[in-house]
Amino acid sequence: MHSSADGPSGVTVTVIVSDASSLALSLTADVLVIGGGMAGAWAAVSAARAGARVILADKGYCGTSGVTAAAGPGHWWVPPHAREQAVAQRVAAGLGLGEAAWMHAIIEETWRSLPTLAGRYAFGIDDEGRTNYRAVRGPEYMRALRAFARDHGVTILDHSPVLELLARSDGSIGGARGLRRQDGDRVYQIAAGATVLAAGGTSFLSHLLGSRTNTGDGYLMAAEAGADLSGMEFTAAYTIAPAHSTMTRSMAYSFATYYDSDGRELDLPFGPQQTMGLAKALQAGPVFCSLHRLPDDIKARLHTISPNVPLVFDRWGIDPFGDRFEVTLHNDGTIRGLGGVRVDDVDGRTAVPGLFVAGDNASREKVAGAISGGGNVNSAWALTSGIRAGQAAAQLARAVGGSAATLTPLGQAGLRPKVRTRALDIDAIRAGVRDEMHPFEKVLFRKESTLAASQRALDGLWREIADHAAGDLLRSRETAALVASARWSVATARQRTESRGLHHRIDHPQLDPQLAVRLLSSGFDRIVVTAEGQRASAASRALEAAS
Amino acid sequence: MIELILADRCTECGACVEVCPTNVIARAVAGPPLLARVEDCQTCFLCELYCRADAIYVAPDCDRRVAITPEQAVASGRLGQYRKHSGWDEWAGQYPNEQWLMETVFRRAGEAARPAEADDKRTT
Ligand SMILES: Cc1cc2nc3c(=O)[nH]c(=O)nc-3n(C[C@H](O)[C@H](O)[C@H](O)COP(=O)(O)OP(=O)(O)OC[C@H]3O[C@@H](n4cnc5c(N)ncnc54)[C@H](O)[C@@H]3O)c2cc1C
Repeated sequence: MHSSADGPSGVTVTVIVSDASSLALSLTADVLVIGGGMAGAWAAVSAARAGARVILADKGYCGTSGVTAAAGPGHWWVPPHAREQAVAQRVAAGLGLGEAAWMHAIIEETWRSLPTLAGRYAFGIDDEGRTNYRAVRGPEYMRALRAFARDHGVTILDHSPVLELLARSDGSIGGARGLRRQDGDRVYQIAAGATVLAAGGTSFLSHLLGSRTNTGDGYLMAAEAGADLSGMEFTAAYTIAPAHSTMTRSMAYSFATYYDSDGRELDLPFGPQQTMGLAKALQAGPVFCSLHRLPDDIKARLHTISPNVPLVFDRWGIDPFGDRFEVTLHNDGTIRGLGGVRVDDVDGRTAVPGLFVAGDNASREKVAGAISGGGNVNSAWALTSGIRAGQAAAQLARAVGGSAATLTPLGQAGLRPKVRTRALDIDAIRAGVRDEMHPFEKVLFRKESTLAASQRALDGLWREIADHAAGDLLRSRETAALVASARWSVATARQRTESRGLHHRIDHPQLDPQLAVRLLSSGFDRIVVTAEGQRASAASRALEAAS
Repeated sequence: MIELILADRCTECGACVEVCPTNVIARAVAGPPLLARVEDCQTCFLCELYCRADAIYVAPDCDRRVAITPEQAVASGRLGQYRKHSGWDEWAGQYPNEQWLMETVFRRAGEAARPAEADDKRTT
């Protein structure tokens, strides 16, 4: 492992020290959970319930970090009699990429399991006196899940980002290794019978609320272990916020009225086309908003529905119901997009033995289809995949037993430079990722020429980071994950030469029935995109993205 | 971004150091914690929510620093606002969690606009 020291002009350089001497902490567990948002926390609880000794490691603090904590995830909550219809509608809306059986599974698991949190979460009581389970508030939900995990004996390591997975000699995953940020960045290693990756999606460092620690680390780590990504082209999701703020909570905007800088009202009706319209308006100039049409009873209760939403207005001295304030759109990346690790079952199992993937770390195409799962499906998926992955991991850990296998670290880019260590401008590389993954003209209104240019730019960033980076381990590793995730996204978007759901190509505005398939991506220096179900050889060459 | 920890309110309990998801705040050898890595702040306001002393001020601005003095922060009357409206700690029972109303708002907006289409954008 490496340790870092400050070099000239504040750039970090790497000092290689021997593995043994830098290992501050060596732990064992039956199940290791990486990431402590809702998916990871549910996974930890369910693995512990199944009798496993569980360690959960989060980059930040399990309870506040991740997109679950800062927002308020509404779960897909459908009573049994209404499920056939709800699933049928979603399958149709999903344009060929959804799977009815997976949707039924997450509705059922959510229905059964969410109420089990009642001892730790005070579910809301509506005006008719009924308990409402589906709508939970993020900070309270994650505080409850943390307490629930502790009730079940889970060991939680906060401020302990995982940097890489560890493999046994047969290629199965046997744990992970990371840093203790509040303990002098000391290295820790966990040997585990089975590992659940639940490190979230990525907004590619947009100002999407709560997304800063989600840099795609889980995608990179799974890929290094041999897993495929799926649906990485579906990153063209954006959410409105007051300009210069992170408050991407859209409820109040369902009644918004928009204006251009001359005060002319814009024709942007509430509905699925609104994001596109807003993006076009923002390309033309600043856009202003007023929430005067919000019903009075909701205005009066906004602070008890979403207490963080008024913080922004109050502190800026804006009356959102009278004044016009400037708005922007923040990119959701894969978070309210769809891409992630391809999993073979609702329990998050992957092609890699010993590795399960849950929540936004996994592709959500099978449960959401080609459209965003952001309104309800995502949470039901995070809960279900977490719970099922925890159970499956506990079961596998029992079978594997506590054998003292030799573990090989799998991390490459950002940790172990291929060529030689060189001081890199990590901030510039991060800015480079933003430049390709946020602008509307490159993401929301895609076409071959801009995608090809993005790919070239990102390939250049990848070579720098893969060949030379190793300084500040966490930052260079995060940056490697961001660049890798962006490259899979752009490569896949080039191959989907049609418009489907969240993916729009202005040079291919129609659905292509031939492309009603999920697209898999893999590879590092050379990225390969294949249609799911096809394997290597001729088929994959047809879709290969030269890199 | 987080702009202030008010020394004369801070009880040095360490909660903000523990809960900040991006590890912005560092324990000091003596005195209130330090804003050690403000550039990493993700403007989620959660340090404020966990600060029982209402000693933290997070400016809503996520992409620019804001100059504010402790006196101005106190005078704004906004310290502790998030914790209060969330009904945490001593505010329990006074501000009910009405998150459940959110779906009603989307439904009403959908009905007011075009009924069938609003359903897939029901994000929070
Ligand atoms: C503002 C907003 C509102 C939303 N509203 C809804 C809604 O109403 N309904 C709905 O269904 N969905 C909604 N979504 C989506 C939903 O919140 C997510 O799909 C869900 O919360 C994902 O949970 P998760 O556990 O996978 O990810 P997260 O909650 O993001 O957790 C990931 C965790 O992994 C940690 N991590 C990252 N890297 C590492 C590493 N290297 N080592 C260790 N830990 C790591 C992070 O710190 C974080 O704690 C919303 C999203 C946003 C942004």
